[in-house]
Amino acid sequence: MDLALPRLSPDTEPLDERDRALVRAVQGGLPLVPRPYAAVAAAAGMSEAEVISRLRRLAERGVIRRLGVVVRHRELGYTANAMVVWDVPDDRVAKLGRCLAAYPFVTLCYRRPRRPPAWPYNLFCMIHGRSREGVLAQVDQLVRECGLDALPRAVLFSRRRFKQRGAWYGGDARDAG
Amino acid sequence: MLDETDRAIINGAQGGFPVCERPYAELAARLGLDEAELLERLQRLLDDGVLDRFGPLYRAEAMGGTVTLAAMAVPAERFDEVARFVNGYPEVAHNYRRDHDLNMWFVVASDRPRRVKQVLAAIEAATGLKVYNMPRRREFHLGLRLEA
Repeated sequence: MDLALPRLSPDTEPLDERDRALVRAVQGGLPLVPRPYAAVAAAAGMSEAEVISRLRRLAERGVIRRLGVVVRHRELGYTANAMVVWDVPDDRVAKLGRCLAAYPFVTLCYRRPRRPPAWPYNLFCMIHGRSREGVLAQVDQLVRECGLDALPRAVLFSRRRFKQRGAWYGGDARDAG
Repeated sequence: MLDETDRAIINGAQGGFPVCERPYAELAARLGLDEAELLERLQRLLDDGVLDRFGPLYRAEAMGGTVTLAAMAVPAERFDEVARFVNGYPEVAHNYRRDHDLNMWFVVASDRPRRVKQVLAAIEAATGLKVYNMPRRREFHLGLRLEA
């Protein structure tokens, strides 16, 4: 998978006010009732049919990239969370990024800008594992199989999670959710 | 403890939730459960903290907004104070302490195009610490799927 990021362009329309109200109303989670969109509709001041058609449209536009369970990975036993980063020559980033992303234990993989001298790395991936030893063994496997041994790297385990929430979208009417 | 059915729900409901009048009934059928049992189990997984929520993950760029990863080198004695200040912004998500000179890593996202830069500038101004802004240039993999 190798997707260009959507860019702000004429077809990336900003949300209208009713979309924003809906984005706010569902971001904290859907109600666990047989007709959740009817419950959302009451809170957002629209009909169930409008909620359904607007959510479908938001999913088609890619505003909603997925809808379902959002897990708390530490509570699932994924206590070793590592951001693994490399300083890769610019002309090799695409090939190496695709190589890393092909491994099932790599859950995110991005190219980002370097910020020298504090930060020389430009290829980032995340590995969530059940132990640090397991994650380090997976890093060794990536290094070996993608041919990364000559490249500077760092493995940043998380020590503490301060906040794991979705960011807040749709403006300031926080009580609307 | 999670049983096999809980695991099937977590693994099978990370995406593709139907948008129709009775979505839980449809999802339940897909998982071989009935609607009432699915709702009851989802509620328990939420109450137990295994799930953060049952809902959408948004893509800020598709709303005309932006999302970025930011990092700071925070002196140990100021870490909690700075973390409280940073986390006070509703636009900030996923703040982690990591083992590096750059020891605070957080995601900032907004549907408003200029808001992320405003938040980063406000954090720099209030803390006196440099904020390194590292937006995605390219994405090689989508979604965070963890098997339960």
